[in-house]
Amino acid sequence: MFETALTDLWYGFGVALEPHNIMWCFIGVFVGNMVGVLPGMGPLATISILLPLTFGIKPVGAILMLAGVFYGSQYGGAICSILLNLPCHPPHAVTCLDGFPLTKQGRGGAALGITVISSFVGASWGITEMIFLSPILVVVALKFGPAEICSLMLLGLLAGSTLARGSPLKGVAMTICGLLIGIVGSDIETGTPRFTFGIPNLFDGVEIVALALGLFGIAEFMKSVNQLSEVDTKYTNVKFKDLRPTREELKRSVPAMFRGTIIGSLCALIPGTGPTIASFISYATEKKISKTPELFGTGMIEGVACPEASTHSSVQGDFIPTMSLGIPGDAVMALILGALMIQGIVPGPQLISEHPDIFWGLIASFWVGNIMLVVLNVPMIGLWVKLLTIPYKYLYPSAMFFVAIGVYSTNNDMFQVGEVVVIGVVGYLLLLLDFHPAPILLGFVLGPRFEENFRRAMLISRGDIWVFIKHPISGVFVGLSVLLIVMQVYVRLRSPKSLPTEMALPTDHHHKVTEAAE
Amino acid sequence: MFGTLVKKRDFYAGGLMTLIGAAVTLDSYNGYSLGTLTHMGPGMFPLMLGITLTLVGVLILGAAAATPLTDDENILPRKREWRGWGCILAGPVLFIILGEFFGLVPATFACVFVPALGDRTATVKGSAILAAGVTFFGVLLFSYVLKIPFPLFRLGH
Repeated sequence: MFETALTDLWYGFGVALEPHNIMWCFIGVFVGNMVGVLPGMGPLATISILLPLTFGIKPVGAILMLAGVFYGSQYGGAICSILLNLPCHPPHAVTCLDGFPLTKQGRGGAALGITVISSFVGASWGITEMIFLSPILVVVALKFGPAEICSLMLLGLLAGSTLARGSPLKGVAMTICGLLIGIVGSDIETGTPRFTFGIPNLFDGVEIVALALGLFGIAEFMKSVNQLSEVDTKYTNVKFKDLRPTREELKRSVPAMFRGTIIGSLCALIPGTGPTIASFISYATEKKISKTPELFGTGMIEGVACPEASTHSSVQGDFIPTMSLGIPGDAVMALILGALMIQGIVPGPQLISEHPDIFWGLIASFWVGNIMLVVLNVPMIGLWVKLLTIPYKYLYPSAMFFVAIGVYSTNNDMFQVGEVVVIGVVGYLLLLLDFHPAPILLGFVLGPRFEENFRRAMLISRGDIWVFIKHPISGVFVGLSVLLIVMQVYVRLRSPKSLPTEMALPTDHHHKVTEAAE
Repeated sequence: MFGTLVKKRDFYAGGLMTLIGAAVTLDSYNGYSLGTLTHMGPGMFPLMLGITLTLVGVLILGAAAATPLTDDENILPRKREWRGWGCILAGPVLFIILGEFFGLVPATFACVFVPALGDRTATVKGSAILAAGVTFFGVLLFSYVLKIPFPLFRLGH
């Protein structure tokens, strides 16, 4: 097992180090790092914008690039949190708590230096985990029948919608909406057009690019227009030489880094608990075991190292269920899975054996990409810091063009530009009603496969709905799903207000900005 | 009781989900063949989803009734950005119209220029410069590098 994994990894490096793949990987991490730094742009919007551009390139390059955007943006997001106190990216919200006080004390550079080191440590562990865990998962998953796949998807969808931000009930509602949007189009078995309102353009279903760009592009722009104040650039003068932490800072961060890495990698294994929850839990843990918990929030370097390491280890670990089981944990992973499907690749446990170049190439490219990011972030820190000052009023109009042309170019069809406008308006309405639209994408991507497997399971069991409990593995998944719901109900009833997770994380970065300004 | 309920945001959130759920349930029951559990027709899966969504919507309504009223129940944000929202949405709409009748270049320009005006501090000149810049690089990228079949200029459909 161990040796095969290493041989496969060696093969993966061969794929990832092909010149054009290096190029795509570099473009991915560069763009990712850039949007991570830019306030008001996130990896979701960026991956959706880049998605149509990847249709013309080979699947390996496309996936390397899109994945690079995701983990690259995590490096950039930390810069934004530490220097500006702007939690543009939810996983880095807790980094603000100690990162910004450090900046005020003039140690912002050191905090960034520690961040880069922790990120690399966390990411390396996450990648290692993926190398050894995925093949084991695949061996198990290949034995799954339709009933097992179905219950596993149910568990994934439930976890993805209830453990993410906001009310779990609303998350479930959004997931079901996503599943319903996934139904739009012709029925796979009978060909009956469903929920198409008689519009022929909808017979092929809703375009994933239009859905993603509507929800994470237009709706987000409508939410943020005129809301982002000018950033305060008082502390952003950071140079290469400022990045070096003192020996004492390094000594304090190293254990925190490793604790964060472990927490992050554990969180990655539970679907739905992405990097945001990992970083919060690790910050809370670090505070709890510290000898001086009262000093947290005033500029403790541990409070930067631990959540950053756990974010990155969980970001890389997020790819495990996505690539080995075909079940994404959050909206970003759903998009990457969508990109695979557009390229004609069926996600699931057979992916590793059928397309080893994609799987092992991706893993190897994580390492290549992370090394590139360290190189990009350390000597070029001045460039990223300058990017912080690009105002939002230039960003979103430019992005609007990419939204329009991107949707158009997927099928060369103007109808889909109209689709994106409608989805954008609906998405903004949902945001106003306090729904988080991310689970929609999760439901949308899994929906068709979920229905297909459900029908197949019913066919095999001759209409016996209890088959999901009778099969032992499937029963375990159903049991876990029930446990998840019971746990959520229990937590809500005990503290009806909101989970501590949400209270600690600034849900809306605008509030944070105004606080900082006061 | 009902008086305070209609002020809550979650009343509308739950209500909307209940309505969508009910509509889907009715439509899949009436419009599509359900089949049997063994041989499911196209209507069965949506019917199940519709019923679940209705239930979840009712639960959200119930939760709204059970929680006390907070001061932040406005659905629209305190500052209404009608101009911003209008300009952002006008961008892609203009892209469709101008793209259909006049070609990629005017469509792109409008799609950047109009949303840029949505910012309260934006000037016509600044937005025009931004739009011109994006048009130049956008056309270069999409027409010459990616070669999408979209004429730069055309007249009529």
